[in-house]
Amino acid sequence: MELWEVQSVNNQSELESSALPGKASIKISESASLNKKKKLKDAGLFTLFVGPVFLAFTIIVLIPFFTGIYYAFTDWNGITGDIKWVGLDNFKYLFTEDKQFQDSFILTTKYTVVAIVLTNVIGFGLAILVTQMLKTRNILRTVFFMPNMVGGLLLGFIWQFIFVKGFASLGQLTHIPFFELPWLGDANTAFWGIVIVSVWQGAGYIMIIYIAALQNVPQELIEAAKIDGANRWQILRHITMPLVAPAVTVCLFLTTASSFKIFDANLSLTGGGPFKSTEMLALNIYTEAFVNNRYGIGEAKALIFFIVVAAITILQVTISKKREVES
Amino acid sequence: MGNRYTGKTFIGEIFAILLGLVFLVPFYYLISNSLKPFAEILTNTSALPKTFMLDNYVNAFEKLNYLKVFTNSIIITAISNVVLVVFCSMAAYMLVRTKKKISNVIFMTFVAAMIIPFQSIMIPLIKTAGNFGLLNSIWGLVIMYLGFGSGMTIFLYHGFIKGIPVELEEAAIIDGCTRFGVFWRIVFPLLKPITVTIVILNSLWIWNDYLLPSLVLQDPELKTIPLATFSFFGQYTKQWDLALAGLVLGIIPLLIFFFSMQKHIIKGITSGSIK
Repeated sequence: MELWEVQSVNNQSELESSALPGKASIKISESASLNKKKKLKDAGLFTLFVGPVFLAFTIIVLIPFFTGIYYAFTDWNGITGDIKWVGLDNFKYLFTEDKQFQDSFILTTKYTVVAIVLTNVIGFGLAILVTQMLKTRNILRTVFFMPNMVGGLLLGFIWQFIFVKGFASLGQLTHIPFFELPWLGDANTAFWGIVIVSVWQGAGYIMIIYIAALQNVPQELIEAAKIDGANRWQILRHITMPLVAPAVTVCLFLTTASSFKIFDANLSLTGGGPFKSTEMLALNIYTEAFVNNRYGIGEAKALIFFIVVAAITILQVTISKKREVES
Repeated sequence: MGNRYTGKTFIGEIFAILLGLVFLVPFYYLISNSLKPFAEILTNTSALPKTFMLDNYVNAFEKLNYLKVFTNSIIITAISNVVLVVFCSMAAYMLVRTKKKISNVIFMTFVAAMIIPFQSIMIPLIKTAGNFGLLNSIWGLVIMYLGFGSGMTIFLYHGFIKGIPVELEEAAIIDGCTRFGVFWRIVFPLLKPITVTIVILNSLWIWNDYLLPSLVLQDPELKTIPLATFSFFGQYTKQWDLALAGLVLGIIPLLIFFFSMQKHIIKGITSGSIK
């Protein structure tokens, strides 16, 4: 019961007796029963405050997570109650036979790398741009950030129209080869289509974080460097960049996690097509489970997916902790 | 970086404005074409509409069952937010103030679970949710948002509450206030800044979420805006006049929310991202 003891007890006698529960119960029976009552009350309060959300969390996150690990080793099809343990067969299948899964994995990795680099470079560039003394900087911040408000699903649909009709029309008007590409009709350009949409959406978000970091760079340092004759590039490279390094770590991992987990824009922009050539991992898991009804294999993929995401996150936490210690 | 408005700054300004226009191009195409008749969309995609026509909107409004799906989205987002704020702030408060091992274990479980991606538990979730009777109901969905949102919400409240001195509460307890009363009357009002951040982050997530409600809500009467947009787009593929007007209807509430809360949203994102 002592577990439930609340720290903010301020009745002195109760504090003493709870520190020595055994002694107190023998010596002063009245105080002991009071003490017991108090602890019971605290336990009740703890359950009342923490219980509801912990219950929901257990049902929604913990139980599915652990049963999911079990299903990864079964042949569950989601319909019949007949679930057989198959050991490592699902994983063997994924690594030796499931070409689509392997392609999705490679594609998602490739996409993640490209999206991280472009989103951060553009986001950082935008942040530098709108922290200059521009007259329009406030409205520009709003403009760059706006795409981030709209969810990936609707953005994917909007861009579907841009790629299919908008670009075609611009191609006819200007004859710029860029607009005359087949875009969503070809595996390679469709991949870049997804990249464009996610960079357009994500750069403004990353920009916000870089702006906050840039505003924390002391002006005196920059002034001093100017007096010493440093040019803009030197100031950026040797003063600004090192000082915003912690924000870079945050942004790199934010974009890594969100890119690796991309689903909505993938579903609405290409739907994985043409011919499954742009099917990223999350969509591949979804299709395996809810379209092919192979829940066991889907769950095996989901487990691998979890391990990769968890590894990325743990790496992030370790690196940021280390940086905190150093600075 | 410079303090004076120089020629270089002017060139930077021109460049920035051009870039801003490039960012806005998709919205231009979306809105201008949503006002054109179908034939004009096909022949004059890039031009401004010749006449200002709202027929597409009237049509899409009816076919999307917009009033219904908008109300569903509002109800789900609002109730989920209330439930998340109430239960997570209470839990975080108790976890901070109870200096016991169990508080730490529970808190760490919530935080650790934040790294689980949704796709890796969605398959068994549907089965578990079915067993608990949570499928196909708004309340079921709300409980799921409570479960999935609890990690980040408790994490943010926990960090904030740690900075609140305990003396205030002790004084109130001496005055005869119950723990429950202390929390709601004294602590909760102090949490307002972080509550605003939390509500904004959770609202954007829940309002835009497609995958979870698509797995949980089968009844067409319960559809949210993203769900309705998805099936609408599937049904009217290549019927761009309807589809585009539907998309505009889908993003209008978000843009209104953004322009009325811009400052809070930006502050919320900055503080929410640096966890």
